[in-house]
Order: sequence, then structure tokens, then C-alpha cells
Amino acid sequence: MSTELPVLKPADFGSDQDVRWCPGCGDYSILAQMKKALAEQAFPREKTVFISGIGCSSRFPYYMNTYGMHSIHGRAPAFATGLKSVRPDLQVWVITGDGDSLSIGGNHLMHALRRNVDINIILFNNRIYGLTKGQYSPTSETGKVTKSTPMGSIDNPLTPLSVAMGCDGAFVARSIDVNIKHLGKTLLAAAAHKGASFVEVYQNCNIFNDGAFKYATDRETKTDNVLELEHGKPMIFGKDRDKGIRLNGITPEVVELGKGITEDDLLFHDEKASEPTLAFLLARMRQPEFPEPIGVFRSVDAPVYDDMLNSQIEAAREQKGTGELDALFNAGDTWEVS
Amino acid sequence: MSTTAPVNASDRPVENISSATVRLAGDSGDGMQLTGSQLTNTSALAGNDVATFPDFPAEIRAPRGTRAGVSGFQVQFASEDIFTPGDQLDTLVVMNPAAYITNIGDLRKGGTLVVNTDSFTDKDFRLADIEEDPLDDPDLENNYRVIKIGMTTLTRAAVEELELSTKIADRCKNFFAMGFIYWLYGRDLQPTLTFIEQKFGNKPEISGANERALKAGWNFGETTESALSTYHVTPAKLEPGTYRNIMGNQALALGCVTAARLSGKELFLGSYPITPASDILHELSRHKHFGVRTFQAEDEIAAVCSTIGAAFGGAMAITTSSGPGIALKGEAIGLGMILELPMIVINIQRGGPSTGLPTKTEQSDLYQAMYGRNGESPLPIIAPRSPSDCFRTAIEAWQIASKYMIPVLLLSDGYIANGAEPWLIPNAADLPEINIQHPGPREEDAEPFLPYLRNEDLARPWAIPGTKGLEHRIGGLEKQENTGNVSYDPDNHQRMCELRNEKVQKIAEFIPEQEVFGEQSGDVLVLSWGGTYGACVTAVTRCVSDGLSVGHAHLRHLCPFPRNLETILGNFKKVLIPELNLGQLNTIIRSEFLLEAETLNKVKGRPFTVTEIEAKFR
Repeated sequence: MSTELPVLKPADFGSDQDVRWCPGCGDYSILAQMKKALAEQAFPREKTVFISGIGCSSRFPYYMNTYGMHSIHGRAPAFATGLKSVRPDLQVWVITGDGDSLSIGGNHLMHALRRNVDINIILFNNRIYGLTKGQYSPTSETGKVTKSTPMGSIDNPLTPLSVAMGCDGAFVARSIDVNIKHLGKTLLAAAAHKGASFVEVYQNCNIFNDGAFKYATDRETKTDNVLELEHGKPMIFGKDRDKGIRLNGITPEVVELGKGITEDDLLFHDEKASEPTLAFLLARMRQPEFPEPIGVFRSVDAPVYDDMLNSQIEAAREQKGTGELDALFNAGDTWEVS
Repeated sequence: MSTTAPVNASDRPVENISSATVRLAGDSGDGMQLTGSQLTNTSALAGNDVATFPDFPAEIRAPRGTRAGVSGFQVQFASEDIFTPGDQLDTLVVMNPAAYITNIGDLRKGGTLVVNTDSFTDKDFRLADIEEDPLDDPDLENNYRVIKIGMTTLTRAAVEELELSTKIADRCKNFFAMGFIYWLYGRDLQPTLTFIEQKFGNKPEISGANERALKAGWNFGETTESALSTYHVTPAKLEPGTYRNIMGNQALALGCVTAARLSGKELFLGSYPITPASDILHELSRHKHFGVRTFQAEDEIAAVCSTIGAAFGGAMAITTSSGPGIALKGEAIGLGMILELPMIVINIQRGGPSTGLPTKTEQSDLYQAMYGRNGESPLPIIAPRSPSDCFRTAIEAWQIASKYMIPVLLLSDGYIANGAEPWLIPNAADLPEINIQHPGPREEDAEPFLPYLRNEDLARPWAIPGTKGLEHRIGGLEKQENTGNVSYDPDNHQRMCELRNEKVQKIAEFIPEQEVFGEQSGDVLVLSWGGTYGACVTAVTRCVSDGLSVGHAHLRHLCPFPRNLETILGNFKKVLIPELNLGQLNTIIRSEFLLEAETLNKVKGRPFTVTEIEAKFR
């Protein structure tokens, strides 16, 4: 008898809870694209789990009609690691923000990535603390004037993708909340990748940091300010697709096509490169000197933590047989008392 | 067999004794822990009851020869049931002056002092910060039977043929000391020879050297003039059955593996190395063929969070740590509590506060267990009383956790964790199953699933991911009764706080009534908990046999208390609470029962001696 899988629509992935983000928040768009992506990939809903930390983005699991856990600040990757260790059959998503994952939870992000646990980490980067009402975050630009930094912040910001690359992240990508097609495509690629997937999403906080990514979303400026990466393709950008990225020594530079410069002179994207050098270089490219790349920076195969953990269990059972309690109790020196 | 020295083959007079307390003390690199645990195992195999107390510094190798670097291992073996490693020493082995100066006070008058005289040079005295050779003290020979042996020289001579470096040869001198003690107490060499073969078999020169040193120590006793008599401790009359020697942390690990099997679960341990809890991680990581998954996390917080994640996934999940680690885990334990997921949080208590005394024992995390989380966050607390008792305590903790859907705090301590005693091995088939039900899939048109709907125990259903139709979200925000949806409603919050508290109190219906040992009513009740059991029960036994009106209630459950505890407390004129802290149980008892108890408090990083407890009655 063949069982027909019911086809779920994006709406089937939404819970019955009212979404309580501020009107106009970039999170709405990410939520919508996530539902669409899940409907498209057709993975069983009951095997899908969303785990979050604390912050605006971390309310996400409440709005999904899947299994979910709204955990504690910064620790979502650790919960996900424990869950995935015992339940490799589940698809586990971690939803986090720039404060959650890079301040209080930096340690756990680092270790989930270097272990290469098969989870999908989506970092909503709005470069501000939203839920605590507007303090600067570890991705806020230096000089940021906020409630806690009236004279401007003096901290050097982190680049989330550089952090991920530094942890040997095997799948590292970036997208933008309102670039809905690109975001959907990126989420699907992250889900399809076996091992830890890390996606930074530029997300607008219209209350405390409105327009932080205006350069990358404005119809007028975005094509000049954003470089969409495509595997095997030359790095071309600009409204008229007349600009490109060329390597000068080991330093990237923006060049104009024509005037003796052809596509062949440009950098070609290779997300499969075994060394993350190119991906790291791309992650360092920032406005206003460079267009900021979006897309998949790196996607390589690497041994997966939960696979290896469970292979050790299997190997131990093959070597020793499935454990018997009586043998366990009586191991070593014993003696009889009669 | 030629390798086995026959028991009491000596021509010398043999003195029959009912128990002996021996301490081996030397530099932390001298191998005293290994020597002590070998003596323990051999004595247990000889049928004695045994109890041990390893005592070592926090530094792996403190400066050689200094007092700070002294490591000791104490074992009592007896022909009767014993519950402590002994108060005063019958025999003390000192490998250097620092070990002498820090331990001689514990040797009873008339006891045997065995000295490695090769380590009693001017340099050694300087390192130990003493002025002159303590062995020159004329009173020494009057107070103790002193046996001076040049162990280093004799060991070198014993292994000479193997042409080892002096450094390696000298490392064998603990086996020489062991051999001598084996001779003194008529112990069989074979178990240790087998151990040497297993441990060093792939390095024949090392195993050969250790074997020779061990035998040389025995033979030295056999031929020396200095020892007048040897001792014989007859086997103890223990309950019939098969026994093995077990340490507390090992018993906890085995208990957890067993509880998982009895409940049809696979075990997950999320842990971060910390003294004195790490041995549980080591032990469990060896049992992968039982489906045990151990995760050495990046920190204490990740350890407990991974545990909660695994519990959500349907595993039997535990985390292990000690006081400072538990402090870091506090927020997540509170989450586990409000999520209402089952798990065990094991705290192997050590001397505090802060980093405190990492390798020493204490019972000072009771307040932390009771009150160490933000908000109204009560959790059940259970405490084993001895090394072998850890086995059933772990099983009971999982019964409570899974029945009531709640994290259970298990408070062991460094003394129980590293101490060893014989364990009457159970038959796996005799152990009761632990019944855990997960709700099954739900039809599309069925009633909505209510993740926080409670049963008669006030426990919610444990619905695990993968179950169709039961998709639900849990989190740290307050939840609406039954639905589990986020709720900021004031009345709901009050109701949920009360419900969660009531659930913990209801556990009193499940746990057994408190038993009283000795007198059931009368003058004094000794009320104790955790690792002080041995000292308390021994002291009470002595008092009762002397006709004193004393009873003993040893608490296994500290939250909630057993339902008959108040009645028991009322049956005695006075209650004495001995604790290795400054009165934590006492405060809780006072607040719960408005009872003014007498206290006996000690925070010296060491367990109570029987004498210290007994002195309260004499």
C-alpha cells in the first residue's frame, strides 16, 4: 500500500500564536521565507525542531507549527547539539541574533561550528540590541551612539562570517531579510547541507536601528552595493553589471569591466574550495570600499559530529556486543560470600 | 604457584585482629593512590569489609617533598561491617618527612610507623620545612612500633638486573612499600601481580620492575628482624552473594546505565571536566555499547544545555559537575524546571566557596541545591550515603525525574565519590522496570494536544519530536496552564508557580517513609544526610550498645522531606544535626518544622571521625 504524503503549504508551518514583533520588523520576512522553504523541502513537519536563545529573533519558534524550544540567552547551539546527538533523525534549526550568538553565546556558536554538528544556524543580524531597547551590539559599527554609548561605542565590531570561517564553518552564507527569493534559496541550501550550516541574515530593526542595511536593500543603491555570489561565476556587480572584483596580489579591488579588463580577469567564486581563504577574503569586504557579498561563501563536506558520535556507538556494539547489565556489574575482581 | 606468596607463610607470630586502618602517605608523584587502591581491592578479595579515604592535593605534582604535595590513601579493612575508613591509624607508611609531619598526628599510640629512611635527608627536611630529623626523637620508639626501611636503595637493588634508569627504578618504590604492607597483613600478592601485568604488560621492563619491587617488599618483611608480628583480619560476615569493590562515582555511572536500560532509554551525559566529578564522565564514556552517549561540552553551561536538549529528544539525560560548575548551570537548571523535562543533575560536592578545596570533601552545596536558582524554582534533592549506595540512588533519581517530569538534583560528595566499599552485586533480572510512556501520534482532526495538561502526579506528558500531531513549543517564558502557550496573565503565573511547587511536594507520596535506626524515641535523634552516614551510624551503634537513648535518621531525600519526618523529630527530646558545613540542613529543618536542633559542624575538607560524633554523647 502506498502512503501518500500530504503536501504541506507554507501556512501549515505557522502556529496559532499571534506574532508579536514590531510592525515592519525584518523578522516577518524571514519567518515567511522559512515557512515557504520548509513547505518546499517537504521534510516531515514533526521531525523539524526550532531552537532559539533570547532576543527578538528568538521568539521565532513560537510562531512555527513544528517542535520548538525557546531556551536561554546564547545557548541555543548547546541545546541543539544535545538534541541532535540523541536524535540524528531530526532537522534542527537554531535561530539566533547578533547579541545572542556573538556576545553571550559566542562560545557555543564557536564550538557547534568547529564540531560540525548537523544543525542550521540562522543569525539575524540587525546590529543592535532590540529586546533590551536599543543598546549597541557586537556587530554595531564603532562610534554607534546608543542609550549605553552616548559618546559613541568604542568597540570594534565582529564580522559574523569571519567568526564562522575562523571556526572552520563548512557551510557559510549570507542573505538579506527583504531579498526574499535569495533568502529562500539560501535557507534551502543551508537545510540541504549535511553538517553545521551558518547563515547570516541582514535584518532591519525599524525601531532601534532603522536603515542599517539601507545600502543593501534600497532599489537605487543595492545593485552597486551588493555582490551576489554564484559558484563558478565571475564576481560581477553593479546596476549595469559593469563592475567586478579582481585580485591584486592578495588584496581584492573593484574594477570596471571594459577598458581592457574582461570577465576572465575577475575573481571566480568557488564555494567548494577546500581552504576557506577566498571565503574569508570575501567576508572581509565591506561597504563603502566594496560591495558586500551575499550567497553561499563556503560549502564543503566535512565529517559530521552526530554521525561520528553514533558510529562510535555502533562500532562499540560491534566490538563488544550490545551491553549486558550483568556483565557490567560483574566486571573486574569479584568474590563470593556464602 | 611460585609467584604467589602464601598467606601468612611467615614463621612469625600472627595476631588476629578485627580491623585495621592503614594510611599510605607520600609525595603526590609517589603512587600512593594506586598503592592504596590495590591494598583495598586485595583486602576486599580476601573477604574483608573495606572503606577508603583517598586524600590528595589539588595540584597534580606540587613541589616535590613539600607538605603541600603530600598525597594519602587511607583504608580500613575489617572482619565486621564497617561504615568509615577509620578514625585513628593502626599503621602509617610515610615515604618522606613531609608525609611524616602531616600525618603522624593520626597514628594511634602503639601503632606501626613504616618509614622510607632514604628520603629522610637534610634536603628532604628543608623541603618539608622541618629543622631536624624527626626520627631522632627518642620518644618515637616509645610511642610507636617504628620500622625503618631504606626503600629507595632496596628497590634499586631489586630491579638492578633490568638496567633501568634510576628515575624509573625509583618510581617502583611504592610497590616495595605495598609488598611490605601485604606481608604485614598477610595479603595475597596475586591480585596485584595480575594488575601489574594488565596495566604495564605492554612495557615489560616496567611490569618486571614493579613485580620485583612488590616481591622485594614482601621478602624484606619476611627476613627483617624489625617486625615482631604480623596481623590477620578474618573475612567479614557480609550478606551472602557476589561482591565487588566499587567507588562512588563508578557506582553512580553504573546506576545511570542501569536506570536507562530499565526504562528502555539510551543514556546521554553532557559534562565538562571538574574535580571530583570527572570520573563519572570517564566511566560512562567506556560504556558506548550500552548506547551511552557522552558529550564533553565546551563549558558547564553547554553541558547542562545539551542535557536539556537530549531530554527534549526523549533520552535519559544527565549532567555531572561539582559546586562551581553547578553555579554556572543554575540558569539552565531553572529552565529545565519550568520546561518540566526529566533529567538528573549530579553534584559531587567539594570544599567551597568559589574554587575552594577542589580535592577535599564538604556538604556545603545544600543551600545551593535548595535555593540556588532565580524565581520560584523548587527541585527534588536526593543524596546517596556511601559509595555503593550511589547505584540505587541514581536509579531512584531517574524514577522520580521521569515520573514527575522534573530535573532531580543528586548531591554526592568527594568523600563518597573517591571512597570505595564492597558492593553486593544485584541480578539485573531482579531490578524493577521503570515505566515511561510517551504520548503517541495524534490524528489531524483530534482534540488539540495540551503539552502542559497534568496527570494525577501533576506531571505533564513527555511528547517527543518525531511524534506526528504533537508539535509544540516549550520555553523559559511563563506558560499558560494546559496549553503551554506564553502567558503574562498574573493569575496564571501565580497558579503555575503554585502547581510546580505542589508537584515537588507531591513527590513525598512516592518516596519511602523515613526509617530510624537505634532507639525509635528517646533522648537524642541524630539527623544526618549524605556522606556522613558511616561516621554517624557507627557512633550511634556504639552509643546504643552502651545503653544510651539515641536514634539515627539518615536522610536520603532532602526535598521534599519524607512525609513522616515531623513525627520522628517529635519523638526525641533533642535533635543533633552533624554536617560538613556551617549548619545548612539545620536551617532548613528549623524553617520547615520550627525546631531548634543542636548542631555539629565541620568544614575542614575532611569527613567526620566516629569519635567526633560520639563525643557529643559522652
